Formats: sequence, structure tokens, C-alpha cells
Amino acid sequence: MFSEMIRQKSFGVSAAIFVVLLIAPSFLPRYYIYFLAVIFVTALLAMSLNLCVGHGMLFQFHHGVFYGVGAYTAGLLLAKTSLPWWIAFIAGPLAAAFAGLLIGIFCIRLNRLYFGMLQISLGSLIWAVAFRWYALTGGDDGIHGIPMPDFISSTTGSYYFVLIVLGICLVLMYLILKSPFGSTLQATRDNPERCAAVGINVRRHQLKTIVIATFFGGVAGVLFVVVEGSIFPDLLFWVLSLEIMIMCLLGGWFTFAGPILGAAIIVSLRTFIGTYTEYWTLILGVILILLIFFIPEGIMGYNYRQLFRSRTQYATESQTE
Amino acid sequence: MEGGQAITLAALSITLLVGLSRAMILFIVTSGLSFVLGVLRVPNVAHGSLYMIGAFAAHSIATLFGGGSTGFWLAMIFAPLVVALISLVAERLLFCHLYQREHLMLLLFTFALMLILGDLTKIVWGADYRSIMAPTMLQGSISIFGSPFPKYNLFLLVIGPLVAIGLWLFSTKTKMGKIARAAAVDMEMVGAIGINVSWVFAFAFVLGCLLAGLGGALVSPTISVTIGMDHNIIIEAFLIVTIGGLGNMWGAMVGSLIFGITQSFGVLLWPQFAIVFPYLAVVIVLTLKPTGMLKSVW
Repeated sequence: MFSEMIRQKSFGVSAAIFVVLLIAPSFLPRYYIYFLAVIFVTALLAMSLNLCVGHGMLFQFHHGVFYGVGAYTAGLLLAKTSLPWWIAFIAGPLAAAFAGLLIGIFCIRLNRLYFGMLQISLGSLIWAVAFRWYALTGGDDGIHGIPMPDFISSTTGSYYFVLIVLGICLVLMYLILKSPFGSTLQATRDNPERCAAVGINVRRHQLKTIVIATFFGGVAGVLFVVVEGSIFPDLLFWVLSLEIMIMCLLGGWFTFAGPILGAAIIVSLRTFIGTYTEYWTLILGVILILLIFFIPEGIMGYNYRQLFRSRTQYATESQTE
Repeated sequence: MEGGQAITLAALSITLLVGLSRAMILFIVTSGLSFVLGVLRVPNVAHGSLYMIGAFAAHSIATLFGGGSTGFWLAMIFAPLVVALISLVAERLLFCHLYQREHLMLLLFTFALMLILGDLTKIVWGADYRSIMAPTMLQGSISIFGSPFPKYNLFLLVIGPLVAIGLWLFSTKTKMGKIARAAAVDMEMVGAIGINVSWVFAFAFVLGCLLAGLGGALVSPTISVTIGMDHNIIIEAFLIVTIGGLGNMWGAMVGSLIFGITQSFGVLLWPQFAIVFPYLAVVIVLTLKPTGMLKSVW
């Protein structure tokens, strides 16, 4: 009953936020519109990672690669071919999911840290190719000024496009997590042995999760191209992957919307602190250490725990009596 | 294929030797990473930053002593110690309180350390390119099949096996080494027989970081020392320990040899995509043996 109450409340809150964001372009300056769009893209990326890390406890250490593959696929198709835009936009996520499947097949045979290390290795291979293949990818310069279809070429247009795609993806992710598929995933996180014993193919289930998560990562990559109009190899670099992980950690691993909050905080801090000092990564490092020491369950996780503590304590006390 | 040398016996042997000397640097750095992985079971992302600090510290120390041969040798000794001191402080001050946590947290902690050390390096040393002169006796080159081969690389070819033998003797013959190996296999049992596991961890971490610093100091005369050299080495080191077998010192050696040699032959065969060759070798190895060439300690 209590969780039902929270669900209704959070549904109301998210609906209100969505409405505010819909009318935001009418009163916010252009720079902030762009800035919000960047947050949306990053939030989707962090959410897609959290499907693996938070809900599946898979050590997806190099999620940035799939973001990059989505962005590169869409960007290259738009810049180098005359195919209609929607083909590029669909091809991006599909390519990312395919890369996720390929890398996943290798990684899924291994456990935990080995899984993560192997993923970093294989992801770096893709990074190396994108970094060096000047003729196709523009090498370390990347490609800038990618032509966009008219309806999303303006800041407001791309803002709405990103917002709507983000909304759809969030609803899809929510439905996936609430479905039997999502429950099974969380069960494989909490007790893989027992899941295997009741006949769940744990590895296959995790592989499916990786493909889904990388698909959404690819969507985020396409949205990045929509917002920035450029692609460059840093999108595929492993430092970005770990940054996304910080976002998930900051917002709260085991909550649904935590990564959105984490992404919003990190992107805002990076933008505003970045105008005052060039030593942003130093500050990010300090934030991360504080997080690890003081609120390892993330901001939202912390709130939830506070909220539930009184109730659960009451429940256990009344049980023992 | 333009830009590649004509493939002759001389070119092949020089390429092989260059690859081997590169592999020695990689081995020194990677064996440290592998040691930390074996005992603490944490992929230390900050390892590359410590390597970079080792190179910068070597430059500062060498400059402090006039940049001559004495300065160079002092730098080779003291730069790793500076790095070891930094890692000891980080470990005792922060890292040691986290050992009970999940591995993901430990990994993220080392990532935070990497971010902080990277910017601190920029603050202390700036973003300029620096270079160190090798001492007079290691300057110039010798002739192999009529082609020049730098003496300094020859020096690396001697140092690498020395470090390997030293590490091997340490971990099999000394009490501390045996304790560290035991902690890698069964930490609780080591604690149960009355050994302070926390200090074993500290020791392993510092030793691993010392090797990163040594690698950085040794590589400094062959490359230009600059910000950003941490990012590349750490990925290479990760790949090497993965193909070698996590925590296995000889695995680090095998992995480094594979990596260094494919890299230098890549430069010979197809310079533009030289970077891709070692990665491909990694993929091939992992397809055949997903847990690495040699037995992992896990």
C-alpha cells in the first residue's frame, strides 16, 4: 500500500516535470534549452547503463562504446550518404544493439570483474578503429557540422525531439523493468544460483538485458548527434563510460529515476564549474570519493531508505512482538 | 602500405627488438597492476596516472641534479619511491577503509583517484611536453645487421627480465611474498592465522604502484612526457592482464610480449592502423581462451 502511494506520488511528480519541460522553451533563454537537451541525452545514457548495472548487477564497464557506436552510425549515415534521416536514426540504435550483442556474447561467459575488463578491452578495439580510420571517421578530429533535417535543426526543435524520445524511452524502460522480464532480471541480480535452479537461463537473460541496454545507449548516441551535430572519438573512450557510472551511483543504483538525477547534477556541475576552473576532473574525483564514503546508495536511494526506515522498523518490531 | 620500410632481415630483427623493449616497459607497468589485481582484486584505474607521475617525477629529479648521468640514475631510483609514497598516503588515508565494500566501489574509488591525480599532475607540472636525456653510456645506437638500434632499448631489454626475476624471487622465496600470494588465494584464512591483512593489502598496493612509477621513469627517455599518457597505458595494461590471466605475473609477461611485438610489427606492416594490431591479437586470444593465456589466481 505504501509503495503504491509512492508510485502514485512519483507518477504525479514526473507528469508535472514533463509538463514544465514541455513549456520550458517559451520562457527559457536559448542557451538553457540547449543545456537541458544535453542533460536529457546524458540522462538517457545513464538510464540505459543502469539497466545493466543497477538492475542486473552486470559490470558494464564500457557502456560509452555503444553510445558512440549509435552516434557514429547515425552521424556517418547523415554526413556521408544521402539516405533519409529516419534510416540513420533507426540504424544508430540497431548498430549499437548489434555491437552490444557481439561484445556481450564474448563477455557473458565470464564473471563480474572479468566481464568488465573484457568489455573494456573489446570496446577499446572499437575506439581504436574510430580513432585511426581517418578516411571514414575523421580520426581524432571527428566530424562536425553534420546536416540535420529541418524540423530538428533549430535548438527548440532538437529540444522537443530529444525530450519526446527521452519520454518514450523512459516509459519503455519502466515497462520493461515492471514486466516479468525485469523481475527476472532483478532476481538474477539478487540470487543467480537460485534463478538457475528454477530453470532460468541466467546468462541468456543477461545477454538480452545487455542488448536492450545497448539499444537505448544507441538511442542516446543518436540524440547526441541531434543536439551537438558532431561526432568524435571521445564518445567511445572508456573515461566517459566511468563517468556515466558515477552518474548512476550519484543518483542511486537501485532506484528507477536515480540516474536521471545523477546525470542532471553531473552535467550541471561540469558546465558551471567548468566556466570557473579548468580542473573539473579534480572536483569530480573529490565528489566521487565523498559519494563512496558517505552516500554509496546515491541521493535517491538515500531518500528512499530514510522514507522506508520508519515503516520497516515498525513492521519488524511488530513482527517480533 | 606507403611509409612502411622494406621488409628485410635487418628490418625484421630491429622490429622484433623494438617490440621486445616496448614489451619490457609494458611488463614492468602491468606486473604492478596484476599484482594489485591478484591480492586486492581491484583493477586499479589510477595505475596509469601513477605511471605518468613516475615519468614527470623522473624528469624533475633528473633536472634537479643537472640533467646528467647522475641525475638520470637518481631519477630512476627516486621517482618510483615518490610514486610509492603517494600511493601509500592514498591507501592509508582513504582506500583502506573501503576493503569491506563491493568491488564496484573499489573500482570507482581508483577512478576517483585517477581523476584527482591527473589534474594534480597538470597543476604541479603543467601541460608542456618534457623529455629526459638518457645517460651518456646509453646514448646512441649499436648496429644490428647493419641497422641502428638504440642502446637505451637494449638497456630496457636487460632491465625487464631483471624485474621479472626479482618479482618472482620475491613472491616465491620471501615470507612477505608468500603472505601476499596466500592473501590472493584466501584472504580470510590469512587473517585467521594472525596476519594483519590490511597491511598486506597496503604493501601489495604500494608495491604495485611502485612498479607503475618505475615503468614511467624508465619510459621517460624514449617518449615525450606529457599529460594524457596515463589514459593510453592503462587501457594497454588492462588488455595485457586480461589476455595474460588476471593476477598472474608470468601472464603479464606473456601478454606484454604479445602486445609489444604485435604493436611494432603493426608499425612495420601498416603504420596507420598499427594501434589496431595489438587489439586484434587480444580479441583472438580471448576468443580462443576467454580467461587468458595462463591461469588466473581468481
